[in-house]
Amino acid sequence: MAAAMLTRVRCAVRNVLPASARIWQSSLSGCQQSTMPEPLTVLNDEEQLMRDTVRRFAKEVIEPRVKIMDEASHMDEQLIDALFQQGFMGVEIDHKYGGSGLSFFIANLVIEEIAKVDPSVAACVDVHNTVVNTAINNNATEEQKARFLPKLATEFCGSFCLSEEGSGSDAFAMKTQAVKHGDKYVLNGTKLWISNAEHAGLYVVFANADPSKVPECNILGEVGKGYKYAIETLNEGRIGIASQMNGLTQGALNHVIPYTISRKQFGHSIFDFQSMNHQISKAVIQLEAAKLMTYNAARLKDAGLPFTKEAAMAKYMSSETASWVTSKCIDWMGGLGITKGFQVEKYFRDCKVGTIYEGTSNIQLNTIAKFLRQEYAE
Amino acid sequence: MASLRVLVGCKRVIDYAVKVRVRPDKLGVVTDGVKHSMNPFDEIAIEEAVRLKEKKIAKEIVAVSCGPAKCQETLRTALAMGADRAIHVEIAEKEYEGIGPLQVSKMLAKLAKDEDANLFIVGKQAIDDDCNQTGQMLASYLDWPQATFASEVVVEDGDLKVTREVDGGLETVKVKMPCVITADLRLNEPRYATLPNIMKAKKKPMLKKKPADLGVDMTPHVEVLKVDDPPTREAGVKVESAEELVSKLKDVGCI
Repeated sequence: MAAAMLTRVRCAVRNVLPASARIWQSSLSGCQQSTMPEPLTVLNDEEQLMRDTVRRFAKEVIEPRVKIMDEASHMDEQLIDALFQQGFMGVEIDHKYGGSGLSFFIANLVIEEIAKVDPSVAACVDVHNTVVNTAINNNATEEQKARFLPKLATEFCGSFCLSEEGSGSDAFAMKTQAVKHGDKYVLNGTKLWISNAEHAGLYVVFANADPSKVPECNILGEVGKGYKYAIETLNEGRIGIASQMNGLTQGALNHVIPYTISRKQFGHSIFDFQSMNHQISKAVIQLEAAKLMTYNAARLKDAGLPFTKEAAMAKYMSSETASWVTSKCIDWMGGLGITKGFQVEKYFRDCKVGTIYEGTSNIQLNTIAKFLRQEYAE
Repeated sequence: MASLRVLVGCKRVIDYAVKVRVRPDKLGVVTDGVKHSMNPFDEIAIEEAVRLKEKKIAKEIVAVSCGPAKCQETLRTALAMGADRAIHVEIAEKEYEGIGPLQVSKMLAKLAKDEDANLFIVGKQAIDDDCNQTGQMLASYLDWPQATFASEVVVEDGDLKVTREVDGGLETVKVKMPCVITADLRLNEPRYATLPNIMKAKKKPMLKKKPADLGVDMTPHVEVLKVDDPPTREAGVKVESAEELVSKLKDVGCI
């Protein structure tokens, strides 16, 4: 069922390519100098300004709190407030609802910059922007948007409640029920692994509903399409996770590469040993590849082009790269790498969820394989 | 009151976090491809102006910058922080290298008169040349009172009561407007421009002028002969006892 669903989505998107995307394609074939697309990593003025703004905030406001929050296993509520005040929680939400009204690509830059400093804070910003806000923005009625989006842009953290004890990769195994009692709806069931849950003011809950009992004004989109909505939302969400993982990898390298230069053994910087700098170069190559894939997927989404396969590939590449590189980073730090005195072990811990949430690495491979099966079918 | 027009000087400088490198010709520092930002003391100046507006004391905030085209990025930041409009006096890169507080303060003075400003706030100094002269020269060209190194500004009976950070402690002065204030580090903590405000700033007006429009003579009066790195610090030595320390200090003539 999932395969058929994805195919339909892809065809639908193809048919409704916006004019801008078509012009872009035709200019490519025409190869006119003036309309050549920019290189992926070149940011326009707006993107650069937003990235620099977030980078500075992350360095000056988030960084001093990283260790304290980690030790307490608790997000600083004042920091969450500050994230809202800065407009980081409503990046794509329209101005008319109090959001920043920016592109999906910029939302990814925000996530990447924060993840360089604290991947846990980035997870909160990522889930809120690319999953919860997206689910409301894409599926809610105008009346529901007017009710929820201003809150999501300025004060309510959001949670996306899909996973259950018996329902992880197998989303169809979900047991939670939505049953109407008078004019209220009773949700029966238990959700698990819900990001932002302890801080959230709005929960998007997926449940099995009896269509005859649920009136439209109280549900998101159409009854019976919940699985489709979840999958479609997560397609975008995966690009956000890829950005989080790339920021995380860069953050770990930013700590470790200077260390390998300053650390001397046998009379030399350990960076100057070829066995070391070749490994480090390979890590940087992997990250560059993951970043290019992620930027491309995000720009495809903004251009209104199909991006499901590219999102799955970017998420796979970025999260696997983060796992490998942060592990190597600990090796390069030697004994210090495994102590809590240095931040590298936190990046190593934080990256583990990357190959698990919003579709495990195996689920990404399934998605990619479905596309391949179709592309190469007779 | 809400009647004041406040002008704020915003200089574009190499970002405070950048490690500055001397140019191979030793006549300046490398600026190409180096991250630049608003001078941190000017950020404090803008913040103070925005707070005056929030307290309904100021009516309009005009951010001004004299320098190459990229100063417009700095002015956009000022607009995103809350300035209402901006004036950019564009100076070609080459010409900009030769000028200093003298020429800039003359331009700012002309703008203050043209704009009918009641208050001019600038940072106490720029972190690139550390001149600490522009505000003072500006006050003298305008023949306005000045309150430099401000750490607190309050309005009292239509005048400004300014606390100044001086070497021995704090000095409180009262100045009549129009006047010039230079912002010290502890005046306030500047806000960060928010993403929606950065977007809104794009729509705020930015007026472009040339030094000639202001009738300012741009002839350089100071020639840079040489820029050197600070001497590299040499490694220290470990001593075993207080006696040894004292004898070493005597050897090098420190005591």
